[in-house]
Amino acid sequence: MDDIRILTPTDLGTLIVELRTSGFRVMGPTRRGDAIVTAQIRSVSDLPQGVGDTQEPAEYRLHDRDDGAYFGFAAPAQSTKPVFFPAEEVVWRGRRDHERGGHFTVERDTVDAAPIALLGVRSCDLRAVQIHDQVLSARHFRDAHYTARRDGTVVIAVACSHPAATCFCASLGTGPRPAAIDPQTGQPSYDLLLTEVIDDAGHRFVAEIGTDAGRELADAVEAAKGTETDRAKAIEITDAAAARQTRAIDRDNVHGVLKASAESTRWEDVASRCLACTNCTMVCPTCFCTTVSDVSDLAGESAERHRVWDSCFSADFSYIHGGPTRESTTARYRQWITHKLSSWQDQFGMLGCVGCGRCIAWCPAGIDITEEAAALGRMSVLGSPASAAMT
Amino acid sequence: MTDAAIETATRPKLAVWKFASCDGCQLSLLNCEDELLSIAEAVHIAYFPEATRAVVEGPYELSLVEGSITTPEDVRRIHEIRAQSGTLVTIGACATAGGIQALRNWADVEEYRSIVYAHPEYLSTLDTSTPIASHVDVDYELRGCPVDKGQLVEVLAAFLGGRKPRIPTYSVCVECKLKGNVCVPIASGQPCLGPVTQAGCGALCPSYGRGCYGCFGPQDSANTDSLTRQLTELGMNSDDIVRVYRTFNAGAPEFSAASEAVAVASSTVPAGGES
Ligand code: SF4
Ligand code: SF4
Ligand code: SF4
Ligand code: SF4
Repeated sequence: MDDIRILTPTDLGTLIVELRTSGFRVMGPTRRGDAIVTAQIRSVSDLPQGVGDTQEPAEYRLHDRDDGAYFGFAAPAQSTKPVFFPAEEVVWRGRRDHERGGHFTVERDTVDAAPIALLGVRSCDLRAVQIHDQVLSARHFRDAHYTARRDGTVVIAVACSHPAATCFCASLGTGPRPAAIDPQTGQPSYDLLLTEVIDDAGHRFVAEIGTDAGRELADAVEAAKGTETDRAKAIEITDAAAARQTRAIDRDNVHGVLKASAESTRWEDVASRCLACTNCTMVCPTCFCTTVSDVSDLAGESAERHRVWDSCFSADFSYIHGGPTRESTTARYRQWITHKLSSWQDQFGMLGCVGCGRCIAWCPAGIDITEEAAALGRMSVLGSPASAAMT
Repeated sequence: MTDAAIETATRPKLAVWKFASCDGCQLSLLNCEDELLSIAEAVHIAYFPEATRAVVEGPYELSLVEGSITTPEDVRRIHEIRAQSGTLVTIGACATAGGIQALRNWADVEEYRSIVYAHPEYLSTLDTSTPIASHVDVDYELRGCPVDKGQLVEVLAAFLGGRKPRIPTYSVCVECKLKGNVCVPIASGQPCLGPVTQAGCGALCPSYGRGCYGCFGPQDSANTDSLTRQLTELGMNSDDIVRVYRTFNAGAPEFSAASEAVAVASSTVPAGGES
């Protein structure tokens, strides 16, 4: 798949038309009020052209850009997670059947939706989709709805040129340029990878072809041929983006640090700041915990089972007979970060964090996973409560 | 008895009571347009002055109580109602936390009384506004100012089904994110009480780009110290922070303590410091 193609902004518009005519539901970034969100894209005008973002702990702001870039921002407010894994869905519906002695008949809800084209998905979020594929589709019991929604997805990824201050994908090897191959499945990660280039030579997208389907799309919009120089330009952009990232997680050691930190005094410190509000888990592209919620009508004639996102930060999440096993916020924060950065590895063979930085930006208390991991690292090395006080 | 009368007699009797309140929570019950007929079929509405003048004598299987206790007469009446009720459910911020009128808990009631009324001697009132549970045993407290009608129907369905109501006690942020809202304080810098407030409204205000006002009282793991720091960072002064904690759920223990902590901290700031 070695050839390089060049798309103009007009070609990008044609690409969207092409995808929609072929029956895809195109999902990509769009501006909604004060943020860029992931939503349905009906035409190129839905893309947030000329919008940039700044992201800091507990702060997200949009601003105008004067270069007309279509993808001149970092991780949108929500990832593609809800596209395949909605916040709430019906699992089954039950009805009391009076002709059958009042027994319940149960109907499973099936998913019958158009295949998805992910347009402009970032490397971090694409990696998160691959992680969800492992968690939800590759184990003994598949998640039927997720698997159905993922069927036939076309991926038109975008390599990042403008990481936010909260991004740290480079340190985790999950971005800003996506790997061409999903390391778990050996399958191509994307059909097309676009890098937006704006320079004296004009506004264009360097497209790297990942699959035959990607090539057909490039052919369909009659994208011009590119050269190795174009690819070099694209790589230069993502290298610069990686170099601009200021946050990092020590990928080699973090798994061990968390394992050694179960009794760290840092947990009390972070719990004094943590609001137990669940925002970090709700915006995390890899968090997948859910609860089931049954609803019935007053007469007890019909019932529905819903599956709803849940969070290890809520008390009810660990409720078993007698009370929650993780009563304190101390225990909940420890559970969350330990799962993301350590036990996920034992469970699924990769870390559960892709470095998108959403949990930092969208935490109302501005708690920073990279700072907490680093503090735990320092404390587990130095090992004394006194050094903890200095972190 | 006629068949209809027997049928009525077997349905659980429901009574709806009012103390110091605005009637909004009772109206939520009347606002359940879609479910009202099913409710009327499932229970026998025995006492509900807001809806009907007919009065059926107690005891009542289920009492819904709106409003807070603010007079000596209230204290007597709530004990009577408790004695006549099988299950007693309090509904709304007044009944569960004392309501907005709990602001009197921080004020001098004598002073109000002399300023507001021409003949204060006719008035018989308490110095405080307190939730029902401060006076009698309560089986279930349904939060909200006003209560959410969906949650109210859920409580009734749970009562009829003999099960626990499914009312989450986590933060408003959960509902806010489930709806796909963009977080108001993060994206536009407006203060929001969502992280310390219990869900129930469907994140109504954040869905319209406004911060949460805390109508459903404290969530089960409220960390008000941390939120206070966040509100300060967003530029609120101490007086305003005290005010946001002292609205409909001012008397809820967590919000009350939070407002007092801010008030105490600001009163120790030397003159010329934070207002
Ligand atoms: S833990 Fe935070 S940075 Fe990591 S993937 Fe989740 S939201 Fe992104
Ligand atoms: S974490 Fe990396 S891939 Fe994700 S938005 Fe930031 S720079 Fe892009
Ligand atoms: S870490 Fe932040 S976002 Fe997560 S629960 Fe705590 S306060 Fe909320
Ligand atoms: S807008 Fe308020 S309620 Fe919604 S997530 Fe943000 S802090 Fe929570």
